[in-house]
Amino acid sequence: MEQKTKVFAEDGKQEIQITRHFDLPVESLYNAFVDKDLFAQWMGSDLIEFEFKQYGKYHFEKRNPKGDVIFNGKGTFHGFIPNTSIVRTFEMDVFSLPAQLEFLDFKSLTDETSKLTMHVIFKSVEIRNELLKKPFAQGLNMAHNKLEEIIKKV
Amino acid sequence: MKLRRDVFQAISDPTRRAIITLVAMQAMTPTAIAENFDSSRQTISKHIQILAECQILEQEQTGREIYYRLNPNGMKDIADFIEPFRQLWDKRFDNLESIMKSKIISSVRLKGSGHEHKK
Repeated sequence: MEQKTKVFAEDGKQEIQITRHFDLPVESLYNAFVDKDLFAQWMGSDLIEFEFKQYGKYHFEKRNPKGDVIFNGKGTFHGFIPNTSIVRTFEMDVFSLPAQLEFLDFKSLTDETSKLTMHVIFKSVEIRNELLKKPFAQGLNMAHNKLEEIIKKV
Repeated sequence: MKLRRDVFQAISDPTRRAIITLVAMQAMTPTAIAENFDSSRQTISKHIQILAECQILEQEQTGREIYYRLNPNGMKDIADFIEPFRQLWDKRFDNLESIMKSKIISSVRLKGSGHEHKK
């Protein structure tokens, strides 16, 4: 079966491309990225700031039950065209990696389906590879739900 | 190839993912790791061992204590580690899709006309 989400990371390039087909109208897909509550829901994080406007900032994080930040993301929205594109910066200070630039393109395929292309540009090839090597740590916000369940039982 | 399969196997288990989460931020002793779980010390040791065998965790000797930490170089080339990265996004997007689908259904029900707007 063809994978819905694809990641392209060419050797020696300081960028990656993530594509995904959605069974959603493009308006719905775009809305999930610009609506504060919806964004927090699907990212599974708490939002500290989310100002969707040009040069508006966003900041989300995930804490463990002890209150330590285990995953976070911060950045600025640089530009957007409704249902078409978003340009934003992103950095996770828990990993101390430089900011990355993200171009999100939304495309309507049919009335009920759409496609997202995320083109992410890193400071260097090494930084890109380092980020890709942290898939587990990157998945903290997902693993965290499990962790929370486990810790609550203690 | 064996390494890749092992790695996926290693991260498919929720307890092992929780262990990875714990050591991602700081190196920890097996005792400190086990304190976070309900399971027996032996069970947690077994999980740590599997993660170490897959080179996801690496050992660090400090005095008499052994600490485990995340090994970012555990997987040698991009092909080996891109799949977990892809799965991470795939799960996020699955989440997005199901949340937005339920919004569409409820907004159609509310408005009765299929005329949908964000709240």
